[in-house]
Amino acid sequence: MPSLPVPTSEPMRSADLIAFNLKLIERQRLRSAMLLAAIAISVMAINLLTGIGEGGKQFVLAEFNLLGKNVLIMLPGKRETTGGIPPLTGETTRDLTLRDAEAIARLGNVSAVAPLIAGKMEISHDKLSREAFTIGSNRAFFDIRQLDVAQGKALPQLPLEQSQAVCVIGSKLRKELFGTKPALGQWLRAADSRFRVIGILKDKGQGLGFDMNEAIIVPVASAQALFNQAGLFRVFIELRSLDGLQKSQQRILALLKERHEGKEDVTIITQDSLLWAFENILNTLTLAVAGIAGISMLVAGLLIMNVSLIAVSQRTPEIGLLKALGCPARTVALIFLSEASIMALSGALLGILMSELLLYLARELYPTIPFTTPLWAQLGSALIATVTALLFAAIPARKAANMAPVDALLDKKAGQA
Amino acid sequence: MIELQQLCRSFQIGDQCVHALDHIDLKIESGAYLSVMGPSGSGKSTLLNMLGLLDTPSSGEYLLNQTATSPLSEEPRATLRREHIGFVFQSYHLIPRLTARENIELPLILAGMPPKQRRPLLDKVMTRLALSDRAAHAPKQLSGGQRQRVAIGRAIVMKPQLLLADEPTGNLDSTSGREVIELLEELNDEGITLLVVTHDQNIGERARRELKMIDGRIASDSAGNAVATRTDV
Repeated sequence: MPSLPVPTSEPMRSADLIAFNLKLIERQRLRSAMLLAAIAISVMAINLLTGIGEGGKQFVLAEFNLLGKNVLIMLPGKRETTGGIPPLTGETTRDLTLRDAEAIARLGNVSAVAPLIAGKMEISHDKLSREAFTIGSNRAFFDIRQLDVAQGKALPQLPLEQSQAVCVIGSKLRKELFGTKPALGQWLRAADSRFRVIGILKDKGQGLGFDMNEAIIVPVASAQALFNQAGLFRVFIELRSLDGLQKSQQRILALLKERHEGKEDVTIITQDSLLWAFENILNTLTLAVAGIAGISMLVAGLLIMNVSLIAVSQRTPEIGLLKALGCPARTVALIFLSEASIMALSGALLGILMSELLLYLARELYPTIPFTTPLWAQLGSALIATVTALLFAAIPARKAANMAPVDALLDKKAGQA
Repeated sequence: MIELQQLCRSFQIGDQCVHALDHIDLKIESGAYLSVMGPSGSGKSTLLNMLGLLDTPSSGEYLLNQTATSPLSEEPRATLRREHIGFVFQSYHLIPRLTARENIELPLILAGMPPKQRRPLLDKVMTRLALSDRAAHAPKQLSGGQRQRVAIGRAIVMKPQLLLADEPTGNLDSTSGREVIELLEELNDEGITLLVVTHDQNIGERARRELKMIDGRIASDSAGNAVATRTDV
């Protein structure tokens, strides 16, 4: 009679384990589809929100990088710039004037000053007319905002108070008003004034919320007349060097205080303070993403656990059979855990694909915002889904693994044993 | 091959303690053909589960190939089942989503055998049981007799020494029942130790050794020399 071999057991081969589970998943289509959807949706939520957040962040960064670090933006009205969005729309206490801008331009560290008046205006040529974003500024504006001229030339160097009936228009506005006909040298009408087109901007995306492609730029004094408004909306101040940034900022404020009868009624914002404020918002957004993702994962996890628990009781005779066939407890557990992992991974893949598709559509709709999910978020969401699935499948898997073979086989309930 | 020493198995049902197996002494030689009969609740199935290492004794010892099994944990017991014991159940216990061939293959898969080694073993069993043309059929596409043949194929594919059949013909008409029992007997002729639990007198009488159980005890044993005698009670 042969003696007993040393009880050892080979683990089930992975390929067989996967094949076994796939048959199971295929067999229980509805249950599998439900689980897959739950996981896919939560993974999609993570990827989509991260993608949108990241897109927004990149967009904002790109916007402010356009400005350059050595550019200060001055707006009328005094605000606290810490802890919140800096005011982009201002109610004025006292107008910022062209004279203020000229005074600032005479300060030591200031290399250029671009005053800004902006508003919507009905612009027409022949019978075509269109409401366009109308900007009143000067030559320095082109340098500070890095606007290049595709045809013709930029606004001429003029004293700030001098108006001139010339304008530079965006490429889209040119196309809408002139079609294929040449635009340079033609006259545009805005309210009671006429402007000759002397330049056309190079095609460029949005900047600081203005679509320069749809804009018309005229000398600042002309714009003042056009809008019948003396107060400036913004003053861009370019510094010679970054070294004296803090000091220059203080000097500008002091100058304005002196000019405004001792009242400090302007706000200066820098790229750093803007970025910092946006960083705050983005961090809040990230927390919200984490919260939403956490909740949806929890829901998916609970669903996995419930479905697995049901599966364990439905498959009790099968578990008994596996045990009768000499399947060790850990293989039984492995079968349940690997089923959960397969579901989690395919769900995650599906979720990532869905979010990629939606972000692709978002990029098509809003080409200027770079919606993309970073790789870490994709890998992270897949990992979270798998870990969640494993954690929640662990209890049912244990339950299955620890069943006494005879009870499982006969599907006896607690009464006996 | 098998020796039970004063083996007991009791269940607590309410405040009553039921002795499903009551101090059983039993020796089974290798290659034996036994039938176990008795009324419902006499402990036949419990005995079969005990011999199949599916159940653990409340007291006493079960020696399989001279190895005491009661100290073993579930893991080595599972391995012993896999290597040495095949089961045939009344209700077949086939996995419905797997084909006939895949059901028979299952023990080999669970044992972690590579596909290359599995194929020849499977082919042999499929031919032996005349199931080759039913290989790709799902259990529900098979007749009762064919299902039980698949279950027998699954039980013997690991070449066990002991084949335990619990009412193997219980769900079958007399013709398929006869075919199934003849198949089991052929396997016994080839050397496997066969134990059949049955209600059916005709089937029970075919065995070379007949055990009758009543109230958890072996009431009669056709092999006189091995009659269980209760020495201690």
